[in-house]
Amino acid sequence: MSEASKYETVIGLEVHVELHTNSKIFCGCSTAFGAPPNTHTCPVCLGHPGVLPVLNRRAVEYAMKAAMAINCEIADVSKFDRKNYFYPDSPKAYQISQYDQPIGENGWIDIEVNGETKRIGITRLHLEEDAGKLTHVDGGYASLVDFNRVGTPLVEIVSEPDIRTPEEAKAYLEKLKAIMQYCDVSDVKMEEGSLRCDANISLRPYGQEKFGTRAELKNMNSFRGVQRGLEYEQIRQAEILDSGGEVIQETRRFDDAQGKSFSMRGKEEAHDYRYFPDPDLVRLHISEEWKTSVRSTIPELPDARKARYTQDYSLPSYDAEVITSSKKLADLFEESLSYTKDAKAVSNWIMGDLLGYLNANNLELEAVKLTGQGLGEMIGLLEKGTINGKIAKTVFKSMLESGKLPQQIVEEQGLVQISDEGALVGIVNQIVEANPQSVEDYRAGKDKAIGFLVGQIMKETKGKANPALVNKLLIERLK
Amino acid sequence: MSITIQDVEHVARLARLELTDGEKSQFTEQLNAILKYAEKLNSLDTDNVEPTSHVLPITNVMRDDVERQSLPIEKVLLNAPDEEDGQIKVPAVLE
Repeated sequence: MSEASKYETVIGLEVHVELHTNSKIFCGCSTAFGAPPNTHTCPVCLGHPGVLPVLNRRAVEYAMKAAMAINCEIADVSKFDRKNYFYPDSPKAYQISQYDQPIGENGWIDIEVNGETKRIGITRLHLEEDAGKLTHVDGGYASLVDFNRVGTPLVEIVSEPDIRTPEEAKAYLEKLKAIMQYCDVSDVKMEEGSLRCDANISLRPYGQEKFGTRAELKNMNSFRGVQRGLEYEQIRQAEILDSGGEVIQETRRFDDAQGKSFSMRGKEEAHDYRYFPDPDLVRLHISEEWKTSVRSTIPELPDARKARYTQDYSLPSYDAEVITSSKKLADLFEESLSYTKDAKAVSNWIMGDLLGYLNANNLELEAVKLTGQGLGEMIGLLEKGTINGKIAKTVFKSMLESGKLPQQIVEEQGLVQISDEGALVGIVNQIVEANPQSVEDYRAGKDKAIGFLVGQIMKETKGKANPALVNKLLIERLK
Repeated sequence: MSITIQDVEHVARLARLELTDGEKSQFTEQLNAILKYAEKLNSLDTDNVEPTSHVLPITNVMRDDVERQSLPIEKVLLNAPDEEDGQIKVPAVLE
C-alpha cells in the first residue's frame, strides 16, 4: 500500500443494528427473520392511508440501553421525523427516523489495535424503522418487493471521523457488535442483515487539518468485507490524488466477489430528504426514573469483563480481549471456572482447540455442544493424570460433537491413561526388541532416538500410555 | 427569501411531478404569496419560545411489544400492480 502512505485516511462509520423485539416498531407484525415474503405485513407497515403508527416501548428501551452502553448522553426530549424519498423498498415514500433529537448523543467506545487502546467518538444513536428488501429479476428490468422487514426497529449509530485505518474500522465494528450482544438488544448477525455498515472515507496529506473529499461506501457484507472495501478505497483515492485528480463526493457500492467498488449512478442529486416532525407520533419525554430503570438492565460490558479477567485470573490481555469479544465465549469461560481453577488452561483450550475448530468448520459457538462443566472437568482429569494431553484432544472433540461429560467419554471409549508400570513394561520391552537400530543410536549418544521409541509405544497403546512413565521406563530399560 | 422557478422545478422533481411552464410560474407565484403571508410571524419575538413539533399536549404514547396477526397474503397483494411468488413486482429503479 505504498500509494496510500503519504496520505492520512479518515474514516467514519454508520452502523445499523436491528433490535430484536418481538413486534415491529410501529405495529404488531412479527419481526422474525426468514418468513415467506410479505406475510409479516399489515396496513400500518404497508403505509395504507389513514393508519396510525404506535411506538413499541421495548424498541425505545433497547435503543436507550444501546445508547447508554456506548456512553451516550440520553435525550430528555426526543421525537420522530419523516425522511422523504421515493424507492420501492419504502411503501410510504418516507422512512420514520429521528432528525435533530436522537435518543443518544456524544458517546464513545474504546478499541484495541496492535496492543494500543484508542477511543472512538460516537456522534449519535437514533431510532428508526427498517426498509423492505428488493430482489432484481428479469435481467434487471424488474424488482420483487418483500415488505416483511419494513418497520423492524433499527438503531443507527454514527461514529465521529476518528478512525484512521481499515483495521481500526474492523476493531470498532467488532467492539460495537460485542457491546450490542452483551446488552442483548440485537442478534447482530451480519449475514442476516441484523448488523449493517456504511463507511465514509477520505484521504488528506499528513499534517493537513481539513478533511479531503469523501466517498460513501455501501454494501459491505462482512467485517472482512468492510476492511477490504476500505483498503481498496484507500488505494483508489490515493491514485486519484497522486495523478493530480480530485476525488468526487459520491456513493460507491463494494463488490466483495470482485474486491472493487463502483460508483452508484443516479445519486448525484444531493440528498434532499426534507425531514419534518411526524405528526402521527407524539413527542417522547424520557424521565430520569425511566433512564435509571433502563440503566439498571445493562449487564457487565466487554471492557469491564476484560479488566476483571486480567486482574482476577491473571489472564494475558490478549486472551481476555479474544474471550470477551463474544458474550457466549466469555460465559463459557466463566462457567468452566466453576469446575477448575486453572484459568489459563481454560483460555488455552478456548482460544486454541475451540476457536480453531469453529474457524476450520466455519461454525458459530451455538453449533457445538461443549459446556463449561465439560471443559472444566476435562482439565481436572488432565491434572489428576486420568488422561494425557493427547487423549484430551480426542475427549475435547467428542465433547464438541456430543456434549457428553468427559468422564463418560473416557469410560465409553476406554480412554483412561495407562499409568500402570506392569501394563507398560511388556510393551516397552516389545518395542525395544523390535527396533535395535534406534536402541543402538540412543546408546551412541543420539538422544533424539528415544523420541521415536516413545512414539512407537504411544502408537501401540493408541495414545493412552502415560508419557512421563513411558520415558522413565525406557531410560531404565536402555541403561 | 423568495421562491424561484428553479426551486419549484427542484421540488417538483423530488415529488416526481411533471409541471408545464404555465404551472411552474403559477406555483412560483402562489408559493411566494404563501411565504410572504407566513413572514408576518417574523414580527413576533420568539426568543424564548420552543419550536413546536406537535400541537397536542400528549407525550409518550406507546404500546407493549406484543405480536399481532398480520394481513393474509391475498389481501397484501390486492393493491399490487403485478406480483410474482408472493412478492410485489415493480419496474426496477436503477441505482
